[in-house]
Amino acid sequence: MLSAPLSAQPANDPAPLRYSDPAEERRFHDLVAELRCVMCQNQSLADSNAQIAHDLRREVLDLMRQGKSDAQIKEFLVARYGEFVLYRPRVESTTWLLWFGPALVLLAGGYLVARVIRTRASGTGADDGTATDLGRTSRGGEDEQEW
Amino acid sequence: MNTPDSRPGSTSGATRWLPLAVFAALAILLAAGVWLSRNPDREKLPSPLIGKPAPRFSLPVLHEAGRLISTEDLRGAPYLLNVWGSWCPACRDEHPVLTRFAETKRVRVVGFNWKDEHADALRWLEQYGNPYFVVAVDYEGKAAIDWGIYGAPETFLVDAQGIVRWKFVGPLTDAVIREQLIPELDSIATKAGAPAAGASPAAGTAR
Repeated sequence: MLSAPLSAQPANDPAPLRYSDPAEERRFHDLVAELRCVMCQNQSLADSNAQIAHDLRREVLDLMRQGKSDAQIKEFLVARYGEFVLYRPRVESTTWLLWFGPALVLLAGGYLVARVIRTRASGTGADDGTATDLGRTSRGGEDEQEW
Repeated sequence: MNTPDSRPGSTSGATRWLPLAVFAALAILLAAGVWLSRNPDREKLPSPLIGKPAPRFSLPVLHEAGRLISTEDLRGAPYLLNVWGSWCPACRDEHPVLTRFAETKRVRVVGFNWKDEHADALRWLEQYGNPYFVVAVDYEGKAAIDWGIYGAPETFLVDAQGIVRWKFVGPLTDAVIREQLIPELDSIATKAGAPAAGASPAAGTAR
């Protein structure tokens, strides 16, 4: 129901795009694979069969032939459809979490693993009854798994 | 006595709660995702054109062969630009709502006939009635790209200075008109009624 108005597409199918040489074709395919279809948002501009994707592919090829750089073509689309059209968003204050979040999570995970290992090592070293709960529980766990 | 006891106790406590904390964090993350996906408008794109000058076009007029209409021609008073096509079933649903609103004469309603066949568009308006002040035809879809149009219906509100003030994706409903469009129109009207807020024209006349 939601997709009903959004999937509404004109029926006329444009002629297929023609490339002047293989280099142009390769550049075109690389470029449209990095652009998101505004209609079917899970697809790239290269994959989508939506009418607007046909139109935008044609526009991208036109812009290429006008001598625009890849960055200029992306800028053209961002000015009209927003940052959303880029599969690789630019590093900005609104996207830094997207860019660096995974690295931060990895660092936090690494730190935790290091801490757990340190705690275990000290736990086995100082085996005086006041060994840490972690040391005890984990060894208990290992024992259980061994039988 | 307290300090040597509490130190190992606190670390082991923290590590014991760690899996639970990680699980809780993941659960919150998943819940946030589910919650966000409940928004029915999540696929609708915000327009980067809001607050910017309306993209220029010069397009043929549907009902008058040879006449062109441009964004310059429309300047001077606010207008509602409604994107439609005879191929679009949702436009059919929207049509009575739009007609009722157009009849109030609050604002000019301009039709943007997108990638349609000329005869189909004319027949469609004959059959269902024509609420539009004027209908511009974009058969190629070039002007539509400049406006960031990606589906139909879509509706833009442009003020008297030619600045895009509001955009709605999908069929207009009475509730959308009441809760979004009318307040926008009111805010445009108060801005236009008030003496020019910009200091530069006043300074210019003083000189």
